[in-house]
Amino acid sequence: MAGKPKLYYFDGRGKMESVRWLLAAAGVEFEEEFLETREQYEKLLQDGSLLFQQVPMVEIDGMKMVQTRAILSYIAGKYNLYGKDLKERALIDMYVGGTDDLMGFLLVFPFLSAEDKEKQRAFVVQKATSRYFPAYEKVLKDHGHDFLVGNNFSWADVHLLEAILMIEEKKSDVLSGFPQLQAFKARISSIPTIKKFLEPGSQRKPISDDKYVETVRRVLRMYYDMKAN
Amino acid sequence: MPGKPRLTYFNGRGRMEPVRWLLAAAGVEFEENFLETKEQYEKLMKDGSLMFQQVPLVEIDGMKMVQSRAIANYIAGKYNLYGKDLKERALIDMYVEGITDLMQMILVFPFSPPDAKEKNLDSIKERATNRYFPVFEKVLKEHGQDFLVGNKFSWADVQLIEAILAVEEKIPAVLSGFPQLQAFKIRMSDMPTIKKFLQPGSPRKPPPDECYIETVLKILKI
Repeated sequence: MAGKPKLYYFDGRGKMESVRWLLAAAGVEFEEEFLETREQYEKLLQDGSLLFQQVPMVEIDGMKMVQTRAILSYIAGKYNLYGKDLKERALIDMYVGGTDDLMGFLLVFPFLSAEDKEKQRAFVVQKATSRYFPAYEKVLKDHGHDFLVGNNFSWADVHLLEAILMIEEKKSDVLSGFPQLQAFKARISSIPTIKKFLEPGSQRKPISDDKYVETVRRVLRMYYDMKAN
Repeated sequence: MPGKPRLTYFNGRGRMEPVRWLLAAAGVEFEENFLETKEQYEKLMKDGSLMFQQVPLVEIDGMKMVQSRAIANYIAGKYNLYGKDLKERALIDMYVEGITDLMQMILVFPFSPPDAKEKNLDSIKERATNRYFPVFEKVLKEHGQDFLVGNKFSWADVQLIEAILAVEEKIPAVLSGFPQLQAFKIRMSDMPTIKKFLQPGSPRKPPPDECYIETVLKILKI
C-alpha cells in the first residue's frame, strides 16, 4: 500500500511551497525530509533519486517525481483539482501559469541584498497590481462564481490564494483596488483544508530568512550573487 | 465550425517554437500572425486578447490561449500525445519540463551580452551533456523502446527531438557520446509529420538572427 507522499527539499518555501499548498488543500497528509547538509544532497544524487540532479523531489505512488510543474499537475489530476475536461484544464493551466510567473519573481527575494530587496519588492508589487491581479479580478467579475474555473474548487484557486498572500506579505494593502480578489481571499481561506493549513503548526513554511539562504547556498554550493529584476 | 489554430508571435522561434513543433507533429495545420510593430502589440493588449499582456497567443477551439505551457498541454491532450493515464502524463511532464529548462538556456542566449556569450555556450554544452542528455539516453537504453513514454509517440518525444536539433546547431558534435539519442534522432526525423516539418518551406523557424532580436526588443520595449 502506498504511504504518504514524501517531500525532499530545504526547510523553507522555495519551489516546494506550492506543492505543500496543493497537498494540504486536497486534504492529503505528507512527510518531509529537509536538506540540511551537502552530504544529504550528494547521497540523493548518488542513489539516482534526482532525475535532473535537482530538488524539489516528491516520492508519490511509487514514483520519484521531480520538476515542480509535473508534481503539481499530477497531484491536481489525482485529487480532482484539475477541472472536468480538456478546456477547463486549459483555463487552469493558463491561470496557474500566470500566478507561477508572479510568484517566480519572489523566489530570488531572500537571496538579494537589502537594497535589491527594495527594488524587487516594488517590481513585484507593480507586476501584481498592473498585470496579474487585474486579470483574475476580471475572471471572477465576469462569471460571478466562487471559484476561478468551472464553478468548482481547483488548483487555480489554491495557487492564486498562495500568490495573493505572498504579495500581501510585501505590501499589506495590495488588494485595495480589487474587491473580487478580497472576497475570493476570504472565501478560499475559509475552506476547511486551507483554513487548517493557514493555522500555526501546519506544514506551511514562513518567509525565507538568512538561515534558509545559507543552507541553500551551502547544500547546492550556489555562491554566486543574485540580482533583482 | 472552428478553423485552424492561429498563432500570434514574432516571426521567429522564441517561446512559440515548441507549439509549432507540437502542432506539426500532430499533423495539424495552423495560421500565423507575425508581430512586426509596436502598434500591433498595443492593439492586442487593448482589445483584451492577451490575458497577461504577453505572447505567445494561440487562438484555438474558441479560446484565446496564452502561457506556452498551457497551450502545449492543451494541444498534447487534444491530439493524444499526452500518454494514456495520469502516471504516463507524469513522466511526460517530467521529461518535458527538464528539456524546457535546457531550451530556456538556448532561448535567452541571443539576448545575453557579447562578453557573456562564450560562458553561456559552455553552460549549455555542460548541461546538455552532463544533466539532460544522459537522462534520456538512459531512459531509452533501459526500456529499449522507440519512444520515451509508454511505447507510444508523445509530446516528450517531440520536445526532445526539438531540443537535440537546437543544441546541435550550437554544438554540432554534442550527441557523440549518446548512441541511443543518435538513433532516436533519426527515428523521430523520419516520422512523416516531423519529416515534413523539417523540410524547407515548413512553418519551422530558423535560429534567431540580429533582425529577430531587434524586433523583439523594439516591440517589447526592453
